[in-house]
Amino acid sequence: MAAAPNAYKPDNKALAWIEERLPIIGFMRSATTDYYAPKNFNVMYYFGSLALLVLVNQIVTGIFLTMNFNPSAAGAFASVQYIMRDVEWGWLIRYMHTTGASLFFVVVYLHMFRALMYGSYKKPRELLWILGMFVYLALMAEAFMGYVLPWGQMSFWGAKVIISLFGAVPVIGNKLVEWIMGDFLPADATLNRFFALHVIALPLVLLMLVVLHLWALHEVGSNNPDGVEIKENKDADGKPLDGIPFHPYYTVKDLFGVGVFLLIAAFIIFYQPTFFGFFLEHDNFVPANNLVTPAAIHPVWYFMPFYAMLRVIPSKGLGVITLFSAIALLFFMPWIDRGKVKSWRYRGVSYKIALGLFALAFIWLGKIGGGEGTWIGDTYIGRALTGVYFAFFIFLWAYTYFGWEKTKPVPLRVTTHD
Amino acid sequence: MTKPFFRSLVLALGLLTATAALAAEGDALDAAHTNIHDVAAMQRGARTFFNYCAGCHSLEYMRYSRIAQDLDLSEAQVMTNLDMTGDKFGNPVISAMPAADAAKWFGKAPPDLSLEVAAKGPDWVYTYLKSFYVDPTRPTGWNNTVFPNVSMPFPLWELQGVQTPVYAPARPGHDPRVEKLQLGQPGLQTPAQYDRTIRDLTTFLQYVSEPAALQRERIGVWVLLYLAVFTFLALLLKREYWKDVH
Repeated sequence: MAAAPNAYKPDNKALAWIEERLPIIGFMRSATTDYYAPKNFNVMYYFGSLALLVLVNQIVTGIFLTMNFNPSAAGAFASVQYIMRDVEWGWLIRYMHTTGASLFFVVVYLHMFRALMYGSYKKPRELLWILGMFVYLALMAEAFMGYVLPWGQMSFWGAKVIISLFGAVPVIGNKLVEWIMGDFLPADATLNRFFALHVIALPLVLLMLVVLHLWALHEVGSNNPDGVEIKENKDADGKPLDGIPFHPYYTVKDLFGVGVFLLIAAFIIFYQPTFFGFFLEHDNFVPANNLVTPAAIHPVWYFMPFYAMLRVIPSKGLGVITLFSAIALLFFMPWIDRGKVKSWRYRGVSYKIALGLFALAFIWLGKIGGGEGTWIGDTYIGRALTGVYFAFFIFLWAYTYFGWEKTKPVPLRVTTHD
Repeated sequence: MTKPFFRSLVLALGLLTATAALAAEGDALDAAHTNIHDVAAMQRGARTFFNYCAGCHSLEYMRYSRIAQDLDLSEAQVMTNLDMTGDKFGNPVISAMPAADAAKWFGKAPPDLSLEVAAKGPDWVYTYLKSFYVDPTRPTGWNNTVFPNVSMPFPLWELQGVQTPVYAPARPGHDPRVEKLQLGQPGLQTPAQYDRTIRDLTTFLQYVSEPAALQRERIGVWVLLYLAVFTFLALLLKREYWKDVH
């Protein structure tokens, strides 16, 4: 991105005057028309630009929600109903924000799975992957705090359960939990600080991380479904033979992706805004009450796989360690996977099976995390699935470290395109 | 490669929706079959609510004026027929019963019903209102199969009549379970009429829990149509631009 803006000299005098002092047009060109992306992107490559679209949606709708929301334990719940009933188009703004939050995780999970399919975390994209993982972490914190703000039953009890995880820290655990909440239970102080973090601190962190993520992307270039480095085959002008300028080719293609995505999002917003109680949970239509425990406490769907791990492991300390390492391990993917072949198209068949099982374990764990938790079988299945989740990383390391993987020859050039 | 991915994506989304729909199904509740676009049904439901429920239950997030606007009622109609407390037209529906006294009388203050359907679902509310039966062991003399040991006495009994329980034989060590309810003493309405009354009441409460749903479902079609045209044009534009990619 900013590394080497092309020395661009506009013909227009006014623009030239600006460009000499602030090379912004050259920068824009280097990031769009002069940025070459592989021409063989498939449907899995829509989710990066869609994540950016949702981020903008969350910020814009969030600003308008902030204008009408009352960040206090006494007023939060009623102010959400005020937004839903009395604020002009308030219901639309809120549903865009709540649906956007869930769809953010849908596109981010697919975006991450794409990276696992095509080895997009491998050299030279290790830092790109790690920055992406930090985006995911910031997003989880942002979503969690956002869910607390409406101050319904699930906001309160979800917050209580998640914050109490920090109680598993030895010695200082209980003090830490009180310090985070600013009280002995989630209360006014908790809501105030979560509001501040949700609307100012974390969005700033998220934006900064996204800029770094894109900067790193534009430095190393996009991977692709064949896992071929397009920079290794250039024409006489130094342009990648398998690359096409991001603008206009991928801007128009992503515009189509945006259309399809908005159709799905609009259908949810206008006809199924609670999404069967998954995006907006039924219990959260009941105001927070620290004397009444809901029948089943669980976080929103996007945390359920990790919550299931916590649920099926009998010791709290071990459960918390499992939960955090399940996320932490993903950071080390570039070094766990020693294989040189990137795309699963040319990787050993065991990798495809392992990745399939990994995805299955993640989704099934999610189902268990959101379930009633009354059937003992779920506990045993959940433990087995947690085992599968972690076995993926161990298998992947051994498979590639000891050279057991039988890869297919990787083509020199990309094989397909639209 | 694109096609298999697209297929698996569609399949995954389909599976997700199917599980979601399954998970959303409750156990053994009667379907309410509400339609919030049926204004006449909501007017009847509102009448039932204000005649039988509003004495104890508030709708603290619902203004009289909004009810008038959405249910095609005039200010005069609402003020004379629905607003029994003499409160202002622009104010929310607050019951005249003091909460502290109510808690003393019933053991628990009657909950606000603004978001009852959003929290419990229309089928729950509908079935709940059909499931009261006489139970001399309860302080109010009433119990409910959907909400065991409920604090509320049954105000609609004169419409439905009085239901008595038929117990299934108890397993050793368990209390007898109510197998079904039968109408011991008929009310002012036939069972079919009563079902319609509480369907209308549920419809009204469903509207109350999200008044914006009327507007939302009305304009959603146009938004989707617009986006469909936009997406189609974007597809044509993409094809045009990509003609020279070889």
